[in-house]
Amino acid sequence: MQCPKCHAPMQTYNRNGVQIEQCAGCRGIFLDYGELESLTRLEAQWTQQAPPPPAPQAYPAAPAWGAPHQGHHGHHGHHGHHRSFGHMLFSS
Amino acid sequence: MTAPLLGRLAALSAAPVPGGAPESGPVSGTAPEVLADRPDGTLVRSGRTVAKAHAPDCDPRDLAARLAVAAHPLLHGILLPPLPLTAPDGHLTLAEDGRPLTRWPYGSPVSPDDPDAAPWEDAARLLARLHSVDPRQLAGPVPPMRGPAKAARALTRLRTARTTHPPRPGPGPLSAAADAIERAWAALPPWARGAAPPPHSAHLCHGDLHLGQLVRHPPADGRWLLIDIDDLGLGNPAWDLARPAAWFATGLLAPDIWSRFLAAYRAAGGPAVPPDGDPWPDLEIPARTLTVQTAALAVAKAHAASRPLDEVESAVVDACARMTSLPQQLAPGASDVG
Repeated sequence: MQCPKCHAPMQTYNRNGVQIEQCAGCRGIFLDYGELESLTRLEAQWTQQAPPPPAPQAYPAAPAWGAPHQGHHGHHGHHGHHRSFGHMLFSS
Repeated sequence: MTAPLLGRLAALSAAPVPGGAPESGPVSGTAPEVLADRPDGTLVRSGRTVAKAHAPDCDPRDLAARLAVAAHPLLHGILLPPLPLTAPDGHLTLAEDGRPLTRWPYGSPVSPDDPDAAPWEDAARLLARLHSVDPRQLAGPVPPMRGPAKAARALTRLRTARTTHPPRPGPGPLSAAADAIERAWAALPPWARGAAPPPHSAHLCHGDLHLGQLVRHPPADGRWLLIDIDDLGLGNPAWDLARPAAWFATGLLAPDIWSRFLAAYRAAGGPAVPPDGDPWPDLEIPARTLTVQTAALAVAKAHAASRPLDEVESAVVDACARMTSLPQQLAPGASDVG
């Protein structure tokens, strides 16, 4: 089979049971009838089977009177370099 | 600090160690340097040696007992040992005004410019080892850990500041802060306020842990050791974890640093909290007390300087206010009365 665009020879590959033809010249891909749907279906299955993203590290247990910790990202960085807290870390 | 006492400390830090090896003494020709000069202690360094004048109200007998603990072989690698002063086992002398004086090897401190690089895990492991020392193996009776007494002193300082430096007439932010601190203090059990013997008091504790209480000895690349034994004694070991716990709870210390510190303490077999699960049933009262203590000192200083609280000080006061606005959630802690 020849590429309909650049007329270079096309090679056949089997990917997950779907036959696709790729042009050796322009790298274009030719899909037969129904092959796009097969690839889309396989992609959807792959996404469903993928493991869930790793859970964020559990926030350590904290007392009821503790500071609310929602949205503390950056907040701690700020305090962590606050001069007053730096002093507190080193005083009785 | 008076000039005669500074001179005495400089001479003490530069004097040879009785019976000591030549390399344990100061480096000759090093000018004495004042490392700290606070009401609760003055430190003068000469080369490899530091001389300390302890607080004027420090009981010399209790301090001698604490020095004996620090010098005991069981504490080797945990506490920096004192240097002999009057005899091989005589670690204490008195200044003309009665203040106790001691002498120590110099160790290099945690860099105050880079608290993120602080040795949190080393601190946790040192505390776990300290808490695991059997006090019955030590030479003599060990005095009580002074943590609760220091908390009570912070409240006294706050009350004195309120009367000595009254704010402008009318209720102001500092008055509201002081009232919130007083309410949180009143909600603590008597043992935490230094008004009753503590439960779980069979452990050797440092009593005043913070990042200024760690040094490397020998300097620069030696192992980390705990210093400052003025508050050391028998008590509830959770007290030594409570300051980092309070910093985390008030939102000042990053959760991952607190997690690292706690995990290292548990991995080293520290007895203050169970090996896993929620540590807060044991930390609750000491962490609340140290939060109140920190807030009281901050408001006392703000009163004396007639300045508002900064963001960090406000965060600690806010935590005090939440302690008494959430009474139902604090009920389990309230039952822990010693």
